Amino acid sequence: MSNILTLIEVSSTGELRNTAPALLAAAAKLGTPVAVVAVKPGTGAALASQLGELGASQVYVAESDQVGASLVSPEIEALVSAHAALSPGAVLVAHSVTGRDVAARLAVRLAGGLLIDAVDVRLDADQVIATHSIFGGAYTVEAAVQGGIPIVTVRSGAIQERAKSATPTVTVVPVDVDSGASAVIDAVHDVVVSSTRPELRDAKTVVSGGRGLGSKEKFELVTQLADALGAAVGASRAAVDAGYVSQTLQVGQTGTTVAPALYIALGISGAIQHRAGMQTAKTIVAINTDADAPIFDIADFGIVGDVFTVVPQLIEAINARRH
Amino acid sequence: MKIIVLVKQVPDTYDERKLDPATGILDREASEAIIDEIVERALEVALSYKDSHQDTELVLLSMGPEPVTTSLRKGLSLGADSAVHVRDDDLSGADLTRTAAVLAAALTATGFDLVIAGNESTDGRGGVIPAMVAERLHLPHLTSIDSVEITDAAISGERETENGTLTVHAALPAIISITERAPEVRFPNFKGIMGAKKKPITVLSLSDLSVAPEASGHSIILSTTVRPARAAGKKIIDDGNAGVELAEFLAAGHLI
Repeated sequence: MSNILTLIEVSSTGELRNTAPALLAAAAKLGTPVAVVAVKPGTGAALASQLGELGASQVYVAESDQVGASLVSPEIEALVSAHAALSPGAVLVAHSVTGRDVAARLAVRLAGGLLIDAVDVRLDADQVIATHSIFGGAYTVEAAVQGGIPIVTVRSGAIQERAKSATPTVTVVPVDVDSGASAVIDAVHDVVVSSTRPELRDAKTVVSGGRGLGSKEKFELVTQLADALGAAVGASRAAVDAGYVSQTLQVGQTGTTVAPALYIALGISGAIQHRAGMQTAKTIVAINTDADAPIFDIADFGIVGDVFTVVPQLIEAINARRH
Repeated sequence: MKIIVLVKQVPDTYDERKLDPATGILDREASEAIIDEIVERALEVALSYKDSHQDTELVLLSMGPEPVTTSLRKGLSLGADSAVHVRDDDLSGADLTRTAAVLAAALTATGFDLVIAGNESTDGRGGVIPAMVAERLHLPHLTSIDSVEITDAAISGERETENGTLTVHAALPAIISITERAPEVRFPNFKGIMGAKKKPITVLSLSDLSVAPEASGHSIILSTTVRPARAAGKKIIDDGNAGVELAEFLAAGHLI
């Protein structure tokens, strides 16, 4: 089995990003999982046991003073160093803002090929094959790389499997970073998650509101149902454009793509732009006053009615079942 | 200051978008081709700088088949000075590696101080081209920037990530990509639309560019499957009890 490198992203305070478990699980499907981290000198050893629990057979700690100061170049040098040392069969990174920058520059550096935003990976006759979900899940495309090492970015939340824990060997190496071709990080502002609600991208249940809510104040109804269900809050583009909620909650082609077990659309007409962001949900529920709204074409359970009477009754019924 | 904005033409997200099931490549006939809206925001960043710096030269660069001309004309009508269109039948179905190599060669041929792109297109959603081009040209990249400050010698901004933001800067020349938090583009005025017809679009073929030979890995599509259309399920009209019925439906599916 060949080594499969995974780039494990680490926060400025030394915590593993939540993409690590899925990356190591994906690597375990392809070969021997190697966790590669770029850290400031002397801070990597603490991560080894956590990475072993997540399935890393080897932890490759690349140390550089430039970590946290030079934008993504320490991470790239860490992978270049691990690539030279371990002759891997593939490199996996998260399809995150950091991960895709790393994948992009690494693909050029190693003359490799890119497989972007994979929702699954598998090995077939020693070839790494990635599955992609295109146009909001309308198409499933399988692709591979020829003539170079495959560098794969993995969609957050797509791979639910987890690798068996291992006791990893730990390698610590210094890496040189040429800061000349890199942007400089002046300050880091990690958001402290104050909400107890799940993140939209990974939530099992999503409740979204549209223009039909009517105002920013009345959008509160969406939040109330979400909290009753322990769900994440989403919104259609129309609701975002109308100023009911911030753009970070937008579900759709130009927002977040979600694939929850349950998606509840309140006052959303279901323009194709929105459907592209949620149509792979397992169960879709829609409530809308317009009986002809296109959202009903894809809803497993549709209610033609007023969200302001149906939803309070639903919340009451949910709470009644809990007691 | 010479700014190049990278332009991508995409299928309209408000149309049904299709892939050719045999090749996995975009079916360009299936939907209307438009300039990607994130590109318009990238262009607005350049235009607002040009508003206060009259000596700015603003060039559009795109790669794609003949209809891309329409998107370039739109950008010219909004205020760009000229456009470069890389067009060659050999580029049909080009993967990311190839696209980045060609764009890097075209950027080198055109010359620039700053390149501005959208953070990800609405069709491919890869978001890797700006950083790939930066690596080829050995330049810094600042991708996923919410807000940008451009000076004569440097660029700075707030980079949006899944976990918060970073304040970042780089010396020029550099390549940046902006997010949807950047302002929407202005409307073209009549003078702009009329003037756009006279602005030059330079068409380049592969033989006009020194593109590095394809020695690197490339992606191949193995299969393309259409997801079966989703069927509508139960639809009821609220007679005063729909909330309770929905709760029963959710409970039956173990969803609550």
